[in-house]
Amino acid sequence: MSKERAFLYILAGLALVVLLTAPFVGMETIWPQTLWNEPASPLAAIFWKIRLPRVLAAFLAGAVLAVSGAALQAVFRNPLAEPFTLGVSSGAALGAALAMYLALPPALILHLMGTTWNIPTLPWCALAGALAAIGLVYGLTRLRSGFSSTTLLLAGVAVSFFFSSMVLFLQYVCDPTRTFHMIRWVMGGLDRIVGYDDLLAMAPFALAGTLLILFRRYELDLLLTGEELAIARGVEVVQVKQLLFAAASLLVAGVVAVCGPIGFVGLIAPHICRLLVGPRHGRLLVASICFGGLFLVLADTLARTLLAPTELPVGILTALSGGPFFLWLLLRSKQAL
Amino acid sequence: MSCPPVEIALEVAKFSFRFGQKVILEDISFQVRRGEYVSIIGPNGAGKTTLLKCLTGIYPGGQGVIRWFGRPLGEYKQKELARRISYVPQADGRLPPFTVEEFVLLGRYPYLSPFTTIQPEDLQAARQAMEAAQVMQFADRLLETLSGGGRQKVFLAAALAQGADVLLLDEPTTFLDYRCQAEIRQLLRRLNGTGRTILAVTHDVNPAVLDSRRLLALREGRIVFCGPPDELMQPEVLRSIYNAELVLTPHPSTGQPIIVPDAPATSTFDSH
Repeated sequence: MSKERAFLYILAGLALVVLLTAPFVGMETIWPQTLWNEPASPLAAIFWKIRLPRVLAAFLAGAVLAVSGAALQAVFRNPLAEPFTLGVSSGAALGAALAMYLALPPALILHLMGTTWNIPTLPWCALAGALAAIGLVYGLTRLRSGFSSTTLLLAGVAVSFFFSSMVLFLQYVCDPTRTFHMIRWVMGGLDRIVGYDDLLAMAPFALAGTLLILFRRYELDLLLTGEELAIARGVEVVQVKQLLFAAASLLVAGVVAVCGPIGFVGLIAPHICRLLVGPRHGRLLVASICFGGLFLVLADTLARTLLAPTELPVGILTALSGGPFFLWLLLRSKQAL
Repeated sequence: MSCPPVEIALEVAKFSFRFGQKVILEDISFQVRRGEYVSIIGPNGAGKTTLLKCLTGIYPGGQGVIRWFGRPLGEYKQKELARRISYVPQADGRLPPFTVEEFVLLGRYPYLSPFTTIQPEDLQAARQAMEAAQVMQFADRLLETLSGGGRQKVFLAAALAQGADVLLLDEPTTFLDYRCQAEIRQLLRRLNGTGRTILAVTHDVNPAVLDSRRLLALREGRIVFCGPPDELMQPEVLRSIYNAELVLTPHPSTGQPIIVPDAPATSTFDSH
């Protein structure tokens, strides 16, 4: 078995272990036998209704951010590309903030074809914002050919700042309660998650986006060799890039709507995975799913236990731990990221 | 006894291409027969590389006709085209972080489906391509650790793994030392000998003249010469292409005229 494959299995194993143990850890440890012996106890209810959905949501969010980061880094051929730096996160944040500012109802109830459709508002507003941001950046590429990926990335940073300040503006003009709500949400956190509704709202976005990107793993490999060579090898580059952008927007919108913009996972997870399992996307994407999920579950577990009974917003923790770790990695790695 | 019909691999007719307002290629017409070895020469900025990229669909658009095997370029899906023609760029750009084997395997993309993994026949095709290009011993090395010649061979191997009959090459021997040049040329001649059609853009007129059956010369986006090596290697023809006086001398073994560097008019060392 190759070293890369071994690392992939280890990552998958670790992810499973963390997924299985994290819901038992918290302000108060819940032992597995409690679930069997006292299924009606408050602790069992905490486990099933609060901890498990939250751990699952953390895993899903981390996995999704890592996958979109890995895809965007290949499309832009730039190690700094990720939902945050490209403005996708802040676009989604603006969409969601606008929904909060306008006090839109949490869900649209549609009666169509004899069924009642319960469509959560926030993810769709976030998706609209994410698409607007990536559309702006992508539009620049179509406007004039010959933009380097560095220029695009800079455009993304500009778009990101622009949308972030609009979020700040909305916070400023909002009434105090909603302002507080928004500020807390912008910090990124999973503490709002109770029950499985949020998870269900996020899942279709996560599933659709991840599958779209996984099916394009060979194209991602070829994009790393440069657009011209990718075309010569048979990739319909324009269509594939549009599809990948749309998929990344789907992924980010789902996460941002539920958890707020959580930084750093999308940047560091693919890098670390690349060092472990190599650059081919078949493995890299699966490794990113495992590592991203694992990382955010661990960060969230720390966030809810470190200062218990107070909770830290997980976004603060991911950046606090991710930043120095990434710097250390940059300094010690001989291989250029 | 009658000759077998000659099959046309590529037909270009009245093709023009511009970037914005700037005309890069103007009224280009030529044909390449199946199994032919054709070199495209010409001064810097004549449009040689652009022509190659138009032929592969890397630069879409342009006016006029490009037909591969009788079918207009625009009617091919990119994957379909990649199974018939492969393109070997100059191996001097930014290199992807792959090993040689991984990179060559990517040449199999036109045969891969998103729902399956790489099949044994893909691995076999990649191995054969690496053997043909003599890079099997580098299989596990990262691309960036190879020399210029090694990289060029790996790029060729990846194009071969594509399984196409036509090879389009952009400066396959430029920037390489003598030994690498000889190896690559030998490889291309061998591939041509086994029936592959070769269309190569090059700055090096001498090897092009020795290896190819026909040459095209571009100048300022137009074809100024199209014919066999003997017709090209005339001082006045070369002058019309390069706008320079070139010194010709017979090749010691074939007697074919080749270009030699101009000697200084008076030796500067004699005056001391």
